[in-house]
Amino acid sequence: MLKDITLGQYFPGNTIVHRLDPRTKLLMTLLYIVALFLCKWFVSYGLMLVFLITAVALSRIRPKALFKGLKPLLVIIVFTAVINLFYTDGRVLAEFWIFKITVEGIQNAFFLVLRIMLLVMGTFLLTYTTSPIALTDGLESLLSPLKKIHFPVHELAMMMSIALRFIPTLIEETDKIISAQKARGADFETGNIFRRAKALIPILVPLFVSAFRRADELATAMECRCYHGGEGRTKLKQLHYHTRDVLCLLLGLALLAGVIVLRHFTL
Amino acid sequence: MAAIIEVRDLCHTYSVGTPFEHDAIKHMDFTVEKGEFLGVIGHTGSGKSTLIQHLNGLLKPTCGDVLLGGESIWKDKQTTRRARFRVGLVFQYPEYQLFEDTVFEDIAFGPKNMGLDAAQVKQRVLRAAEFAGVKASSLEKSPFDLSGGQKRRVAIAGVIAMEPEIVIFDEPTAGLDPAARASLLDNISTYQKATGATVLMVSHSMDDVAVMADRLLVLNEGQIEMLGTPAQIFAKAERLQSIGLTVPQVTSLFLRLKELGLPVDPATYTVDAALKQLLRLKGGA
Repeated sequence: MLKDITLGQYFPGNTIVHRLDPRTKLLMTLLYIVALFLCKWFVSYGLMLVFLITAVALSRIRPKALFKGLKPLLVIIVFTAVINLFYTDGRVLAEFWIFKITVEGIQNAFFLVLRIMLLVMGTFLLTYTTSPIALTDGLESLLSPLKKIHFPVHELAMMMSIALRFIPTLIEETDKIISAQKARGADFETGNIFRRAKALIPILVPLFVSAFRRADELATAMECRCYHGGEGRTKLKQLHYHTRDVLCLLLGLALLAGVIVLRHFTL
Repeated sequence: MAAIIEVRDLCHTYSVGTPFEHDAIKHMDFTVEKGEFLGVIGHTGSGKSTLIQHLNGLLKPTCGDVLLGGESIWKDKQTTRRARFRVGLVFQYPEYQLFEDTVFEDIAFGPKNMGLDAAQVKQRVLRAAEFAGVKASSLEKSPFDLSGGQKRRVAIAGVIAMEPEIVIFDEPTAGLDPAARASLLDNISTYQKATGATVLMVSHSMDDVAVMADRLLVLNEGQIEMLGTPAQIFAKAERLQSIGLTVPQVTSLFLRLKELGLPVDPATYTVDAALKQLLRLKGGA
């Protein structure tokens, strides 16, 4: 059951998408999200879809893996669709009891679902093709101007990389604890909500104990290697922009511009 | 002796449908006899841990079946749940699963899940604590206040308190000091003799399994490499070494003696047998 968590997962590869500078990918994701929220009507959404499909094809990530990321959001997607379907005013298409379906409602629901799906799949493509370390390095580098106003950029990046680094570890640990308690006859699948909540105690207590133990060990290990914050710290892997990064960013800007222009047309 | 566990054409694949897909177990067939002590050895990643999690139904086989007392443990939900109580599984570093306020409560978790009444639970907890070597004075303490070795004993008691017909230990002595190691193995041995339970022990220590096991199951790359008595297994020292395993220290000594041309049996794996041979040599010389 916990295997299905895809957050922060990374599929190693050596495609052009994998090789792009993490800063480029972060900025592209940002441009992509902004463009997505400015989208109106079919052509602009079509443009975004074409962009995403091209990126996915280039990255050789299996589309199945991307759809898997959507699974946990299914409830939200269905909920949004239903709300929009029934509660949008406009030309009434069908009516029964207190519900009425409008043409605008169908449009809204369709575009919103498309928007959420494109949003989630686009961001998942980022984490699927960028290792957590590259991602935090990129973020640190992008945010570094904020150091001038004493914003703890390095500390933030370090916390983020530690958090990302430990997600799989903790998932594995949780799996182990669940197996061990199941082996002692713990039952997580039956009973009402209170019983099930109580059944989580045998998992949560050992998990917290081990998380604190790990935090402690990690702190000691970092101190043993003379870690003392970001001051004067150099990087093993320096980030460099290449031609492909510039081209990619130009493409992103073009996409955004295109979407903005298309807002003025009902296509 | 009758077979208690039958593993039939078992295989297991992890992460099906992702780039991380891999076969942990490839078509295994073997049986475990009632009351025997089976040692399971193999280097890291040979499929030991995956295999033992199939024996009490924690993992569902990708293909094949596991029979417990002649009946598939996957017949229905109740059978699977019963298998959890019939086959006790002590994981690696079991001390990380402790969670209750007191040692007593923690050991009682399994028996309580079985639906026993308070008196039965208490009786089982006390008996299990004694078998596992948990001090009576620690029963009312918090398990988190105990030493590492005592914590492990508490966790082991938590499994044997369910009084399973089969107990599986996954590297029970990992990370313990030599004295704690010997004493824990002694406890396991005593437990088996007293209850007649079938015991499976996964271990990296050839010396431990050589002395304790009736038979050894050698795994390599998710397949059965060898299955036989310690004498049969350790006679194939070269094969063991080629798959990244070693032989007991006594055996390596006797292999060396054989190389030097002395008339000894190289498949000697206990100190007693070694002594007998050395005395015979001395007498003959």
